Amino acid sequence: MDSARITRRSGARLWLAGFWLALVFIAAVAAPLLAPQDPLAQDLLYERLPPFWMNGSESGYPLGTDSLGRDLLSRLIYGARIAVLVAFTAALSACVLGSALGLIAGYYGGWADRIISRIVDIWMAFPPVLFAILLVAVLGTGLHSVIIAIAVIDWTRFCRVVRAETMVQARMDYIENARIAGFGRWRIMLSEVLPNVLPPIVALLSLEMGIAVIVEAILSFVNLSISTDDPTWGGIIAEGRLSIHQAWWILVFPLVTLFLTVLSFSQFGEGLKSRFDPVLR
Amino acid sequence: MNARPSCLSISGLTAILPNGSRVLRSVSLDVKPGEVHALVGESGAGKSMIGKALLGVLPPSVRQVEGSIALEGTELETLGAAARRRLIGARTALIPQDPLTALNPSRRIGPQMSDRLTHILGWPAERARNRIREMLAEVHIREPDRVIAAYPHELSGGMRQRVLIAAAFAAEPRLIVADEPTTALDVTVQKQILRLIADLQRQHGTAILFVTHDLGVVAKISQSVTVLYAGMVVERAPTPALFATPQHAYTRALMAATPRYTDPASSLQPVGSAVLAELALEVQNADNEWKRAHG
Repeated sequence: MDSARITRRSGARLWLAGFWLALVFIAAVAAPLLAPQDPLAQDLLYERLPPFWMNGSESGYPLGTDSLGRDLLSRLIYGARIAVLVAFTAALSACVLGSALGLIAGYYGGWADRIISRIVDIWMAFPPVLFAILLVAVLGTGLHSVIIAIAVIDWTRFCRVVRAETMVQARMDYIENARIAGFGRWRIMLSEVLPNVLPPIVALLSLEMGIAVIVEAILSFVNLSISTDDPTWGGIIAEGRLSIHQAWWILVFPLVTLFLTVLSFSQFGEGLKSRFDPVLR
Repeated sequence: MNARPSCLSISGLTAILPNGSRVLRSVSLDVKPGEVHALVGESGAGKSMIGKALLGVLPPSVRQVEGSIALEGTELETLGAAARRRLIGARTALIPQDPLTALNPSRRIGPQMSDRLTHILGWPAERARNRIREMLAEVHIREPDRVIAAYPHELSGGMRQRVLIAAAFAAEPRLIVADEPTTALDVTVQKQILRLIADLQRQHGTAILFVTHDLGVVAKISQSVTVLYAGMVVERAPTPALFATPQHAYTRALMAATPRYTDPASSLQPVGSAVLAELALEVQNADNEWKRAHG
């Protein structure tokens, strides 16, 4: 295999995905500076304005307006705030919870493994979106319940992967050497096993951020996330769906944004994984 | 001559699998200070298991149910878990079979090698580093600083095995378990590594429990031998005596099964069925006795 070519290809993928994610991140952080309009300001004279290249567009509304005359680009930019916030907090929580349990199950084996694995099996039998809707319904709508719901549902992904990887690493001779050198189990788990299971964790974390963005969008779409006034990508999609025949752009732009963001998260993770892997590096 | 306590003394060591079958059947052996004691047997004879038992790293499925292991007269069973770990960590070391998996791929060589010095012996980092550099020179590594800063995948198999040998001798242990240290290497490197271990062993006066299936290696490197079959000691003798007058038919059969490069015309003899039958009978008798003793 031509490893130089593989590296270059994964490099391009990494950079393209990273570029888009950086864009989204900057939009989230600097939303008040970047947004051309107030994302909540309604102007019924300007409802359903088309994007800039079509007849009837207005300057200052580059991607057009929604059915209440709110600027679409501004709403997308502000929507990035919630998307990024959910992506980081929810995915990290799921990652920490799942990885910790996966490490314990994989390294200790025996009863710990049996109990954790059974919980994971049961957990994964629930349909995730229904589970999320149920959880949010119980916890009450709001951003914190969305984050908790995603973490509570998706830790199993991390748990399964980390458990399997840990089992592989735990059989290696260097773990035996560390035990002979007198290290305790926790020290071995954290300083010997964890760095070696990190590449798949990082890849999965990035993927999970994409999933968190989707789940948040779904919950917004069914109106279970934060209040409808706040711009969320899912919320905009839901609105756009209602006026798809009059103004397709209200649906299409948030969909494309969501798609690119989720794709970038997964590709970024894959790229990082091959960068991180000490053997492939 | 035997006034000093043995470096390692194992007696009646028995270990079982969850299904109750014995992987070690009352193994006893003695390693004198500074000697190389070879542990020979076929794959699955429990050679490595003995090393793992004394280093306290038996796989979770194997349980030691009987027997005692004493390091320089100290019974391991009499110690608490922490004290035992400390004693094992300070007095023993392992040269593993596969240098590819015995180093943590995500840590640099230097810190890995000094783990034991800083953790068990409590040396300051600087002193440990100097010691590591010294040991790397002793195993003929020309650029110790480059190796210290390298990741394992940047080194060849032979280099890694040198690193592991250096690490094993760094803390001046009294006993090193060498678990088939040359099987994963190619033949030209095998010889060098073997000589290196033998040289260091002489210079440092370290006792080695040398696990191998290669009688040629046994003859070259060891002073005494224990022959194992199915976790049972078949024969135990000083090396010259074992090769001059092998007592057990199995030992003789093993010798006949060893290839001689000097005389390739002589055909290899697999272990004969009569010998295997005799061994099976002995294993059976040992098991019956054990069952009687344990109800």
